[in-house]
Amino acid sequence: MANFEYELPAPPTNNVVPSFGEQDLVARSASSVPAPARKLTEVAKLIDVSKCIGCKACQVACLEWNDKRIPVGENHGSYTIPEDLTPEMFTLMRFTEWVNPETQNLEWLIRKDGCMHCADPGCLKACPAPGAIVQYSNGIVDFDHEKCIGCGYCVKGCPFNIPRISRADAKPKAYKCTLCSDRVAVGQGPACAKACPTHAIVFGTKEEMKEHADGRIKDLKSRGFANAGLYDPPGVNGTHVMYVLHHADQPQLYAGLPKDPRISPLVEIWKGVFKYFGLAAMGGLAAIGFLHQVVTGANRVSREDEDHARRLTESDST
Amino acid sequence: MTAYDIQSGDKVHRGDPVVVDRYPPATRINHWINAVCLILLAVSGLALFHPSLFFLSALFGGGETTREIHPWLGVVVFFAYYGLFFRFWRSCLFVRDDLAWMLGIGSVMSGREDKVPEVGRYNPGQKMFFWAMSIIVVVLLFSGVIIWDQYFYGYTTIEQKRLAVLIHSMCAVLAICAVIVHVYMVIWERGTLRAMTRGWVTGGWAWKHHRKWLRELVRGGN
Repeated sequence: MANFEYELPAPPTNNVVPSFGEQDLVARSASSVPAPARKLTEVAKLIDVSKCIGCKACQVACLEWNDKRIPVGENHGSYTIPEDLTPEMFTLMRFTEWVNPETQNLEWLIRKDGCMHCADPGCLKACPAPGAIVQYSNGIVDFDHEKCIGCGYCVKGCPFNIPRISRADAKPKAYKCTLCSDRVAVGQGPACAKACPTHAIVFGTKEEMKEHADGRIKDLKSRGFANAGLYDPPGVNGTHVMYVLHHADQPQLYAGLPKDPRISPLVEIWKGVFKYFGLAAMGGLAAIGFLHQVVTGANRVSREDEDHARRLTESDST
Repeated sequence: MTAYDIQSGDKVHRGDPVVVDRYPPATRINHWINAVCLILLAVSGLALFHPSLFFLSALFGGGETTREIHPWLGVVVFFAYYGLFFRFWRSCLFVRDDLAWMLGIGSVMSGREDKVPEVGRYNPGQKMFFWAMSIIVVVLLFSGVIIWDQYFYGYTTIEQKRLAVLIHSMCAVLAICAVIVHVYMVIWERGTLRAMTRGWVTGGWAWKHHRKWLRELVRGGN
């Protein structure tokens, strides 16, 4: 069952024109975009957890392509290095040792964590800076660091705990996996997929990736993993990074992959109804004040009031 | 009639019109530091609250500086407000007559204050504004610190931050609404603003709006 049909093409050598850009935006943070004239085919990265050998070539390729460096790691008792995603490390292999209660086998679950490129991105919903987070019709969710104000709202919006704020520079900015949007725009796949030696990471159209996943899931089921399945959570309208899991019924086994991720209701209220209610309350109150002034007129102190006060002060002095 | 209504500096000057000192310079300076910072705080906060208001961030030099300045303004407002709190809290304790005044709010808002009980240094509406802001300012400070990622990111979970940012925005809207009412009442009741600019009001103003306070001052022999 080699899956080399998704072998990525060789890099282009001529001058190439990006295949998508501004004109393909379907969502833009804190602003609106005109409906795009065309709909790009949705792309997806499929991570087959069952084929991962934990070599971290994906992490290295990610650092390499994005020109990031991380400090030499320290051993904290786990192969997961660094310990968490960082503003430089956009993807991280999370290692979990799990004893399967049914078989008593020790299973080494390795999940490559990173941005899931949700169809309903919580980061974009929460972002207050116009255009700092964009979503293309091919499904890629990208950050524009020129427009990012470093507020950390995307961190609160994300149901997967992915964005990280860099404080290394004078101006804090949010960072995460871009799905190598720059590579995809010139017909390449993500750097991590290119580097993966076992083709546990493959890249293509979302449809192709689902078909490919079906084959993998059948294979896993035939080998005793009855609960093998695809992770493409409907709570965020599906994602453009999907997993094949041998225990798809318990995604949380894989270093806390959420079972039913969705944008937090707190964020939905904050960036949904309350945004409008708040403006309406403030505007409404100002309007009521204006109307009240028009209807009742100014509340003036009369000559009579002044006389009363004068008599009060004078009566006291006698 | 209780003496809590009189603050040091309150003084009646006979004449025509009668002039009553209401706010000494230190109180006025404190109030205006609070007012200016609160407005800047509201404007910078609104820029981050609703996309249609993001343009307001230009007043602070862009989104990044708005994000940077906003929490510091909040700290200033917290201390400025609590400066005022310790000046006013005694006069803002509720008294028995306040209930009847509140039930007669319709008369007050149609300019018929003669139909409700006489009020002291502050009417129940002002007292409610005072206590509401006293609570809201503290809630805003705490919820604001939770989402002040630059210095306090590591102290709370993301879920706690989500709750904090929602509470922060709700309390901010409440505070802005309260301030709109506060400002409107000053505009509507002519002669009130002078208390905070020049520090005094006319005897007629005191007679009309805070008669119990005026009587008390006069009786005090000032």
